[in-house]
Amino acid sequence: MRFSTNEIIETINMVSRENLDIRAVTMGINIQDCASPDGKEMCGLIYEKLTSAAGRLVPEAQRLERKYGIPIVNKRIAVTPVSSVIASAVRKLDKKQGVEIAVSVAKTLDRARADLGIDLIGGYSAMVQRGITKSDEILIESLPRAFSETSGVCGSLNVGTSINGINLDAINMAAAKVLEIAAATKSQKGFGAAKFVVLCNAPEDIPFMAGAFHGYGGGESTINVGISGPGVVKSALSSMKVGGDISEVSETIKKTAFKITRAGELIGKELAKGLGTTLGAVDVSLAPTTKTTDSVAEILEEIGLEQTGTHGTTAALYLLTNAVKTGGAMATSRVGGYSGAFIPVSEDTKMNEAVRDGTLSIDKLEAMTAVCSLGLDMIAIPGNTAWEKIAGMMADEMAIGVMNNKCTGVRLIPVPGGKQGQDADFGGLFGKATIIELNRKSPAKFLKKGGRIPAPLHSIRN
Amino acid sequence: MAEKDSAKADEKQIVVLSAFGKDRTGLVAGVTKVLAENKVNIEDLSQTIMQDVFAMVMLLDISNAGCDYETLQKKLDQEGKKIGLQINIQHKEIFEYMHRI
Repeated sequence: MRFSTNEIIETINMVSRENLDIRAVTMGINIQDCASPDGKEMCGLIYEKLTSAAGRLVPEAQRLERKYGIPIVNKRIAVTPVSSVIASAVRKLDKKQGVEIAVSVAKTLDRARADLGIDLIGGYSAMVQRGITKSDEILIESLPRAFSETSGVCGSLNVGTSINGINLDAINMAAAKVLEIAAATKSQKGFGAAKFVVLCNAPEDIPFMAGAFHGYGGGESTINVGISGPGVVKSALSSMKVGGDISEVSETIKKTAFKITRAGELIGKELAKGLGTTLGAVDVSLAPTTKTTDSVAEILEEIGLEQTGTHGTTAALYLLTNAVKTGGAMATSRVGGYSGAFIPVSEDTKMNEAVRDGTLSIDKLEAMTAVCSLGLDMIAIPGNTAWEKIAGMMADEMAIGVMNNKCTGVRLIPVPGGKQGQDADFGGLFGKATIIELNRKSPAKFLKKGGRIPAPLHSIRN
Repeated sequence: MAEKDSAKADEKQIVVLSAFGKDRTGLVAGVTKVLAENKVNIEDLSQTIMQDVFAMVMLLDISNAGCDYETLQKKLDQEGKKIGLQINIQHKEIFEYMHRI
């Protein structure tokens, strides 16, 4: 048997009715060799390297879409963390001059992005888990301008690892910047903050934005693939026969995740070959979209929750994440990136409904991040939130990640002028978020102590 | 759909054609006409009607085709619009990858 008519129809239905797609193919490109003490020269080299290395990314991806009949929604680029690339150019400059250099790199990235016909470019980032260099500080200082004066540049700060602990100073700086980024993009309801994520244990092969960057050990270039398909999983669950226990739910998710991941692996391999590079990672993640049939919350509800956020949500999400990983790991030997399930509130219509109805609270979301692949993601918060509270939320998330040897992230959007319960519409794929209620008490005294929270005991593994 | 002689199959370029639409006369004829004109060999064919919806799956060998993959796709698309069928072709590898370990 080659394959049956049923298998062929199943695959075609996955694409046409259940929103199966490859969510992102992201080309990681090392730009460390573009560093120069001369800022202008550096920008020229970066532009030249990106446009030549990724010149065929979009046409090649489009060819594969036609060949296999599976849409590749986003074609993207991630570069080496920019703070290390600008280091020699800003070495002798003061902060203000340094920021100008950093912003000019952001604009160069944005220009290359636009000329290549892609929507986002990531890597406006710094690794500050243990300490902050001069160029890291300049990059952090430049964030509000970098995200408000460009349209498709994304960035991140890695503020903790299970080996190094958590850098509170970096968190405090990042939290203050989130408010400034939101204020600088006030006309877009603070949307600039959606292009910035604070991470711990950041994987160096993430294909998804805003966290994608090209890790230092990642070679010249690589292709990382982000799969998707909450709609396919939901549909597989709803066509399950009535009866049977919860392990059968897990089995169904596993099988579906296997099929989706195989599609990602095939397309990633061939794209890498076509571009003369290698397949780095297949990120086995369920990434929801604003389509009502493409929601992680809907899967949790299909499993049996009245609404996402009620008691049992963390357990159901654990089951889902674990089954997705297990099925995905069978399908590719290159599992990487975040791998799990995403719970971005604004991008998942059902998730946001649960927030609006008061069923899903910030505390429950935090608990959920202990068992899924990322963290507090695309959550709208009141515009007048104190930076200490944002830093507190970041510190909590980092603690979950550092203690449990996993990646966690925080991407909050303080909506300028927005109050709890109001809706903020970010448009298109980014969806609509109801501004969530936060705790009323302040963690300021704790955070202002600064310094680094030591690494967990289990970091001593040598 | 039975596996043919495996040594020979390696030289073939198999694509999967799927077509869906409202049942009427001349659908199979319309599709096969385009295939014959472009020297595409039909390796296998299965067709069914589900509640008035015509569904057809074909395995095609395009190794001797008189046009490239993308042109064939365009020609089938044009024919599909004419006779009211949604016709897709996809390389067989995607099905092998997703349904076989």
